[in-house]
Amino acid sequence: MKTTDTATPGVETPGPSGGSGPVVTKTAAPTSRKESKSEGAVLNVFSHGVLIIWAIMVVMPLLWAVMTSFKTDRAIFTSPWSLPDGLHFENWSRAWSQAHMSDYFMNTIVVVGGSLVGTLLLGSMAAYVLARFDFPGNRFIYFLFIGGMSFPIILALVPLFYVMQNLALLNTPHGLILVYIAYSLPFTVFFLTAFFRTLPSSVAEAAFVDGASHTRTFFQVMLPMARPGLISVGIFNFLGQWNQYLLPTVLNTEQDQKVLSQGLVQLATSQGYKGDWSGLFAGLVMAMLPVLAAYIIFQRQVVAGLTAGAVK
Amino acid sequence: MQHGKYRFIVGFLAAPLALYALFVIWPFIQSIYYSLTDWSGLSPEFGFVGFDNYSRMLDDEIFWKSLQHSLTLAVVLPLVTVGLALFFAFMLNVGGRRRRGAAIAGVRGSAFYKIVYFFPQVLSIAIVALLFQFAYNPNSGAINSALKLVGLGSIQPDWLGDPDLALICVMAVLVWSTVGFFVVLFSAGMASIPRDFYEAALLDGASRFTTFFKITLPLLWDTVQSGWIYMGILALGAESFAVVQIMTVGPNGGGPDYSTVVLPLYVYQKAFRDGQAAYATTIGVALLLVTLAFAAVVMKLGRRERLEF
Repeated sequence: MKTTDTATPGVETPGPSGGSGPVVTKTAAPTSRKESKSEGAVLNVFSHGVLIIWAIMVVMPLLWAVMTSFKTDRAIFTSPWSLPDGLHFENWSRAWSQAHMSDYFMNTIVVVGGSLVGTLLLGSMAAYVLARFDFPGNRFIYFLFIGGMSFPIILALVPLFYVMQNLALLNTPHGLILVYIAYSLPFTVFFLTAFFRTLPSSVAEAAFVDGASHTRTFFQVMLPMARPGLISVGIFNFLGQWNQYLLPTVLNTEQDQKVLSQGLVQLATSQGYKGDWSGLFAGLVMAMLPVLAAYIIFQRQVVAGLTAGAVK
Repeated sequence: MQHGKYRFIVGFLAAPLALYALFVIWPFIQSIYYSLTDWSGLSPEFGFVGFDNYSRMLDDEIFWKSLQHSLTLAVVLPLVTVGLALFFAFMLNVGGRRRRGAAIAGVRGSAFYKIVYFFPQVLSIAIVALLFQFAYNPNSGAINSALKLVGLGSIQPDWLGDPDLALICVMAVLVWSTVGFFVVLFSAGMASIPRDFYEAALLDGASRFTTFFKITLPLLWDTVQSGWIYMGILALGAESFAVVQIMTVGPNGGGPDYSTVVLPLYVYQKAFRDGQAAYATTIGVALLLVTLAFAAVVMKLGRRERLEF
């Protein structure tokens, strides 16, 4: 593969020899200052070459999807790589209204909004108690919660389907919200327990001595102090719940209740929509844009939120 | 001691615990019980059949195929993903031209690379799978068209339609979407390694590759190991389900000649397509055992003395 220097703005082309060209391997010799310097230069060229290739491989499919969403169906099939002959915005409006993308968006916002609030509230309540109070069974409940992180969800899904059916929660937004919350609790409790342990206990004790109840201390003192942790775990859960595919596929099969990821997959396979590939691409890009925009704006917090659990 | 402490504890734990028990713990326990019955999932009646489902599973060719594929994913995906990510992260943090005074330096624009690489991680796996399904389309997909454009028109693989290639195509997508996460993760780990370690090693004449294996990797080992387990669980669980289910639909699902069927997909098909809920939970129990065994093996193999710095 060739590396092109134009594809990635913001990256300076390395060295005098440019990004391409054969990589000369250093001959083994006692290292003097000079030699180690040239090793650095060669490595620098090589590093940039490899890094740029991967960057192109990441960006290319996404740009290709955006480009394709503006094409006519004919052009998509006859020349996938050529630029669109015009900006066919009608693909987008068709996807938004006729292909129910607007409904899927609404459903997703309702479900994710509800479960995000629920996850943060219930997760922080449980984590607070587990982190700061000593009582029999504390460890047991803690491990019960975090054990859920390593089990394959699909195993529980078969009986869960029938639990939901018996409770008349199947294909309802509130049912899906409750399940999202339940499956988000393991990581949330794990993360927030560690976080609450790091907060100074003197503040909470002072509030308690001043006559605040435990509940009041939690909501008015501890929760505001835990904001950075809540933001991290909130971003983690937001992305996880927004992108959730397995749970809604099994528990949420009613057409007008579908969430975004499900709706898109259905568009791709359904008979009624067959043939409208440009509309489907418009839908795909539409679904990608909010997350990508959020990622670019909150880049730091997203990365911190997603990697927070793994670094500890 | 403190007044009302227990009432508070119970009050705060009740709701989360109840929800968690009802929707997570209870179904898990139930599924182990159901695996010993002949429950269809469609009617409420069922009988206890002992280990019949398990012996049936051992004779089930498709079960063995999906087990084999899942194990392949669990071994190959972490190997490739973690390997690539370590390579990129090392480049980003140590591969740069040395600037005055600094023993090691990241390449220019390393922050930019990290932002770009992380992109796919925030996308829904369903969207990623759909996108690549189009790219892999043998007739008009982006990849084969690109091959034509660069003059390799004679090579037009069937990609997802080729039983020998389908699983590799699926794995490539999972690698594509997860490498960036690990690059960022490992970069954070590498940034916390004290610079003077590198300075001392380079002063002694060590090459960068030596420093990678003697300094970076050992000090990063804990992160690498948890990344390894994380990736394996991902490969055995929900992510592989989504990718395989969306990308390789085929007449039976799971690719041509069951060439991409994985354990979670097979559980799903048995339970919700074939109405064999009990048998599905049996396969699910097998998946659970594989997952636990995988984690145990990685922990065992990865055990080293902890390095403190």
